[in-house]
Amino acid sequence: MAKTLPGGVDAARLERGVALLRTMVRIRVLEEGIEKHFLAGDIPGFAHLSIGQEAVAAGTCANLRRDDAIASTHRGHGHTLAKGTPMRAMVAELFARSTGVCKGKGGSMHIADFSVGMLGANGVVAGGFGLVAGAALSAVQRKTDQVAVCFFGDGATNRGPFHENLNLCAIWNLPAIFVLENNRYASTTSTAETMKITDVARRADGYGIPATIVDGFDAFAVFDALADAVARARDGGGPTFVECKTYRARGHFIGDPERYRRKGEVEDVMSASDPIVRMQAMLGEALAPDDFERIWVEARDEFADAVAFARASAAPEPQEAFFGVYAHDREPGDPVHRIEARERDALLPFAPRVGSGSQGSGH
Amino acid sequence: MHAATFSEATLEAMREEMRRDPTVFLMGEDIAKQGGIFGQFKGLPEEFGYDRVRDTPISEAALVGAGVGAALTGCRPIVDMHFADFITCSMDELVNQAAKLRAMFGEQCVVPMTLRAPDGITKSAGAQHSQALESWFVHTPGLEVVIPADAEDAKGLLKAAIRSDNPTLYFEHKALFPVKGTVPDDDDFVIPIGKAKLARDGADVTIVTYGITVSRALEAAATLETEGIEAAVINLRTLWPLDYDAIADAAARTHRIVVAHEAVRVGGVGAEIAAFLGEYCFDDLDGPVLRLGAAHVPVPFAPVLQEAMYPKAPAIADAARRLVRREI
Repeated sequence: MAKTLPGGVDAARLERGVALLRTMVRIRVLEEGIEKHFLAGDIPGFAHLSIGQEAVAAGTCANLRRDDAIASTHRGHGHTLAKGTPMRAMVAELFARSTGVCKGKGGSMHIADFSVGMLGANGVVAGGFGLVAGAALSAVQRKTDQVAVCFFGDGATNRGPFHENLNLCAIWNLPAIFVLENNRYASTTSTAETMKITDVARRADGYGIPATIVDGFDAFAVFDALADAVARARDGGGPTFVECKTYRARGHFIGDPERYRRKGEVEDVMSASDPIVRMQAMLGEALAPDDFERIWVEARDEFADAVAFARASAAPEPQEAFFGVYAHDREPGDPVHRIEARERDALLPFAPRVGSGSQGSGH
Repeated sequence: MHAATFSEATLEAMREEMRRDPTVFLMGEDIAKQGGIFGQFKGLPEEFGYDRVRDTPISEAALVGAGVGAALTGCRPIVDMHFADFITCSMDELVNQAAKLRAMFGEQCVVPMTLRAPDGITKSAGAQHSQALESWFVHTPGLEVVIPADAEDAKGLLKAAIRSDNPTLYFEHKALFPVKGTVPDDDDFVIPIGKAKLARDGADVTIVTYGITVSRALEAAATLETEGIEAAVINLRTLWPLDYDAIADAAARTHRIVVAHEAVRVGGVGAEIAAFLGEYCFDDLDGPVLRLGAAHVPVPFAPVLQEAMYPKAPAIADAARRLVRREI
């Protein structure tokens, strides 16, 4: 049994595989649920799914401590969940509720959870590089052994901040790890059209950063590559670049008509490479069918609970729109406070009425 | 009080704050081994080491981005922009990241980062090394903007910026670095962010200004005094949060307001001040608010062209004089 399990079949490896599988299933269930509720009008704004890429989030974050930092992308649900943000706090945020992890001010594209070192999804492609370089620099300045991980897509490597920050992290030997999710598309454009190389990891060599390329559908492969990278960073060995070859099984955003893809392409890739199916196959008989089924049931229950929590939660009060920008809200008597109070008085009487938790999405 | 140049005052501010708080560190181009292009970092690596005073590549986006990341995770970075014009190379990091993260993430974090940005027109530096860009950042929610006028301001405002939990832009005019002044001896001398200073009192007209233009306004006021016109001068010190009370008070006391700055007039901070006065102080005013600023052109290179396109003392005095004499 379980002879296919890479890296030996010992109990610890099995336990690791089950944990990775559980994280991937939770991400899949969360994102399929987000898709459904987005299309039903429960979730306003934009949402981008990482279905097909779950092994990267799971394999990476399983190597991190709570006090390590990650920076994510606009496609960040998986990273957020894998880093430890509760599903309730995430779903409530996406449903634009006051109980969301960002009080309903961030949404899918700007979700963050500083209590678990999650420095934010980012609405700007390549927005995370500087944050990670800074978090890694901060660890050095404060003399801790924390590391910082930047998730990014192939498209981000065509932007300037990628190059500036890789170079900076390299020359300062910072504990930063760059995890590329090469999902073959930058928005709606094929990576083949936006760069002349197929292995983006070659770019790391230009900055003197060691790079490795892994099968991004194989959570064990991602986990093992990150284990090495994290150990290296913690020991003062500097940054590492890990290119995960993966695939985005959904459109750029929910609702993307995906005219840029060959019909049947998604099915072809996923039938061969779905990271959840792959992990199940690797675990083989070591994981009983009932146990496998239980992981799915638990994830679905967790998501249903999160949706119920979000639905029962209130939307933010309209006046919340005017506060929380600066470290300290202004006191009455402050001249700016008086000006801002007049702005509020001019706008708030015309603000939408706050309904109960069952109100619409605000579209 | 003791004598210090503007540049030395900023050095004192950084030295005191770095001694006080081990999480304060500096990064920028040419700041450690060279001591900064205006000498404004000289001697700091000798005391604090090259880990806390970091020379960097020419990578403004990375510097500001890393400054934000470090500020989010327990440090108080000071990032030097070399020239304020180069902020344009880090606009995403400043405007989309630094300014927005606290609000966007539901107050989970603060961004206590200071950006030192030497700006302004001097010595034919030309269109890409002379700009005064402060109004862009006043317009961006989430940022604070301070602009010192002299050595005392330089020290007190830089210390305030470093201690602030908000991302704070500290615009310092290049021509001010060698100017001598006096600064208080107190290690805890901090100028509160958001408070203007009455630099000169006068009953007939108030010149509201900031930065290097404060000294030009004071020169104008001295000229006006010889003509029997008493001009007050307000040094705003902070552009956001703006001290609207000080401006309203000036309108109530002198009923005539001239706003002057070196930044481009159109859409400049003076426009916000004039609009505020028109909206909230209309009945206090005896005439229109006059605005002086640079022409809506890139700063030219030839000295004669450069000196023609922004307001100095004679233009400020002329505006105040016309306002008082109703020769508008």
